[in-house]
Amino acid sequence: MSRYTSATDADRAAMLDAIGVDSIDALFEDIPADLRLDRPLELDPGLPEHEVYERLRGLATRNADTESELSFLGAGMYDNYVPAIVDAITSRSEFLTPYTPYQPEISQGGLQVMFEFQTAMSELTGLPVSNAALYEGPSAVASAAYLAIGATNRRRLVASRGLHPHSRESLVTYGAGYGSELVEVDLDGGITPAAALADAIDEDTAAVFLQQPNFLGAVEDVEALAAAAKEKGALVVVACDPIALSLLKPPGACGADIAVGEGQPLGNRLDYGGPSFGFFCATEEHIRRMPGRIAGETTDVDGRRGFVLTLQTREQHIRREKATHNICTAQALNALAGIVHLAWLGKRGFVELGELLARRTAYARERLGAIDGVELLHEAPVVREFAVRLEAPVGAVIERLAEQGIAAGYPLGREYPEHENGLLVALSERRTRADVDRLAEALGAAVSELRGAKVPEGVA
Amino acid sequence: MSDVRPNDASETPMQREVATTIFERSVEGRRAAAPVRDDVPETPIDELIPGKLLRERPAELPEVSEPEIVRHYNRLSRRNFDLDTGFYPLGSCTMKHNPRLNERVAALPGHARLHPAQDPKRAQGALELMWLLQASLAEICGLPHVSLQPSAGSHGELAGLLLTRAYHADKGQERTKVLTPDTAHGTNPATVTMAGYDVVKVETNELGGVDVDDLRAKADDQVACLMLTNPNTLGLFDENIAEIAEVVHGVGGTLYYDGANLNAIMGRSRPGDMGFDIVHVNLHKSFSQPHGGGGPGAGPIAVSDRIEPFLPRPQVVRREGSNGAAASGNSSGNIIFDLDFERPKSIGRLRGFQGNFGVFVRSYAYILSLGSDGLQEASEAAVLNANYLLARLRSGRAGRYAPVAFDRRCMHEFVLSGAPAKRELGVKTLDIAKRLLDYGFHPPTVYFPLLVDEALMVEPTETETRETLDDFAEAFDRILAEAEEDPSIAQSAPYTTPVRRLDEVAANRRPVVRQPA
Repeated sequence: MSRYTSATDADRAAMLDAIGVDSIDALFEDIPADLRLDRPLELDPGLPEHEVYERLRGLATRNADTESELSFLGAGMYDNYVPAIVDAITSRSEFLTPYTPYQPEISQGGLQVMFEFQTAMSELTGLPVSNAALYEGPSAVASAAYLAIGATNRRRLVASRGLHPHSRESLVTYGAGYGSELVEVDLDGGITPAAALADAIDEDTAAVFLQQPNFLGAVEDVEALAAAAKEKGALVVVACDPIALSLLKPPGACGADIAVGEGQPLGNRLDYGGPSFGFFCATEEHIRRMPGRIAGETTDVDGRRGFVLTLQTREQHIRREKATHNICTAQALNALAGIVHLAWLGKRGFVELGELLARRTAYARERLGAIDGVELLHEAPVVREFAVRLEAPVGAVIERLAEQGIAAGYPLGREYPEHENGLLVALSERRTRADVDRLAEALGAAVSELRGAKVPEGVA
Repeated sequence: MSDVRPNDASETPMQREVATTIFERSVEGRRAAAPVRDDVPETPIDELIPGKLLRERPAELPEVSEPEIVRHYNRLSRRNFDLDTGFYPLGSCTMKHNPRLNERVAALPGHARLHPAQDPKRAQGALELMWLLQASLAEICGLPHVSLQPSAGSHGELAGLLLTRAYHADKGQERTKVLTPDTAHGTNPATVTMAGYDVVKVETNELGGVDVDDLRAKADDQVACLMLTNPNTLGLFDENIAEIAEVVHGVGGTLYYDGANLNAIMGRSRPGDMGFDIVHVNLHKSFSQPHGGGGPGAGPIAVSDRIEPFLPRPQVVRREGSNGAAASGNSSGNIIFDLDFERPKSIGRLRGFQGNFGVFVRSYAYILSLGSDGLQEASEAAVLNANYLLARLRSGRAGRYAPVAFDRRCMHEFVLSGAPAKRELGVKTLDIAKRLLDYGFHPPTVYFPLLVDEALMVEPTETETRETLDDFAEAFDRILAEAEEDPSIAQSAPYTTPVRRLDEVAANRRPVVRQPA
């Protein structure tokens, strides 16, 4: 069905006449006959708007979302409350529909948003330089590896197993291209052991990757861990939860060279995993190796303050094969959501949110840890997520709670076989004390019932 | 069209507004979010987390009220030009209308509030949507297997070269070179480097296509892949594509299709049928995802059978459910959709979770809205609009001062060379672009592709009316007419924009990339 176009038959005739051809087919004559598709595409014919809506709504109703069940899922993306002004601002045509700001004179809004976003991310991470966002978290981690390899001319990467499994896997995937090798360091008591990490770092190590808080929710002593890497000349990359940086010592103050992370908790909805944004901050030293867009302040010919995309000689459209990264389209609108959310929280509200999460999480951890058949997987401090070990098959327990409208958390077994019945439980400000109590009761009942049960095949 | 005259003496109201950041609007003690009342014990934070791990001072975020935030960003938004306001013929970017229906369906709670780690059994609608989108893109591209994981075109390109590497490695080969035409998007060579290959440039022939002789000379057993856009960045369909494919396949390489220009050929021709092994699709170009001022997008890849084993993990799959295992409420009975992680030859993950799902929802809604017939008509209208605009431009002064770089039938876009305007009028492509801003148009892509001197790359898209194209052609002609009289008008443009030409050199020399602390 012809949609979103306007040419009438009369328009078409006049346009073909102006071109000097007699048919639309004539415009496609450069395509060799044997490469022309001689049948319609095997797709349904177009539908009117309300039918498309019904079709998509029908699909949407078959998903259990965080408004239809009580969700304690986290593992890198969180059900934080997104204030209404984020929707209002990001749905404005002027932000929603432009391209990348290649013409700064008519893109000051978007460019200033980038500049403000960079300022906020720099504040959060304690590093002086931020880009205007990358795709998302794990690929931002891999991009940090690419920078580190270029900066150190070394090939080896060392990652704590507290780094998100998706990030570690992305490091391996990308590494096949730039020829790096990944060495992983096991956790001990939920955190990265400093001695083992130091042992893993050698003179050929380009970068060390930590996560704060780590995948099991534990707050790492980044400062102590970073020291070992520095000794051997490796860069320190810290992947962080931006919300946790409301409380935690910023990576820049802990000796990190690069801080990256998944930006979703800042103003972005879950969207089944994206779009969100990745952030990338670094020390001054690396500014000319940074990936992605960076907005910079300058003045116009009349002396007015303005903003431009700067240091573009790093980028693919200028430097081509010598670019510091191949990224072009990234996640500008999602970064806008991030800065609006941060401005809405404000200096005090941001800290209050962190404190609320830490306290609720402490409450939930204590409550769940007290259940017979549930024990804490580690005792390290946490901010918004913690891990427990069940004395029952975790898959069956999750299933049992799902029947009661509770998403209990993220099962650790696939990615951490040593924690076969491990469960990662995340809080957001939307989960109240009463919600936690409900989880605790349901979990207690399920564990007690399923204790000692055999793991059904394919569930764990 | 309004009469746009330069007037250095007076500022527009927008120009009188001094750019002020949200940080500069901060006043201590103001706030937007209401204070939180806690319902659990107010344990001091340093009893929960050791003090040495905590911040010494809070992050300096702005302190502003909600009305101030709304006003600030609304005012900022007015300093942007956008597609909903005016014509945006940015070549290679496919600035087509962004249907609002797509925003509505993406915002449904079942999509927007769905956690990516949700058990697949309870995300059947999302997985089915992804599977349906995969099937649709496979049909449009003429290649049977699709991964939706890459986050944008350049991410798809990287996936493509990592797939190529895995494919060769599986055969015990390690190849070193990737061929790209000199007309390629910058992302192509940048991707080649990231993927650990060396770029070998292939020349362009006098018709604007790949120089097949040069290709033959450079194709050897070290060539892993040829990356190609067809129609290419000159907006021209390479008629030799079958021969090109034969040469590359002849030396054992893969053929990669940069889908940036897919909008020209939907339903008319398919990259798979041309011999391509791997294609990326920019959902934010051909499939109407709004560009958002620089994203989000998504760059799914479609591949041939021989590449399939290496696709990223996890893959969305459709399975016949065993008794009792079928998801309840599934309209298709015993069918279940799942994430398949058991892919031993997979290149692995390129990112977290399942990809930019919100973009998938919008693009699938777009495909449902247009359908088989509508997609084809979209491409036809895009090509019609481009050829019409080219005809209009060349019949005016552009024919003399900014002629088309390769005088052939174009597809969905075309490239002009402003070299005569520069030589005869002293007006560069940049000046024409800046003067277009005063006339209320977004300029074309400028200075790309590199092999065209003073290039202007124009892509009108199918969603523009004939009147808009006429207005643009008329403005372009008037700019050249002005330049015949007084080249300084264009040389000093723009005059009416919130700011005028900006000092990019100073911004580079001494980068100020954040608000001073």
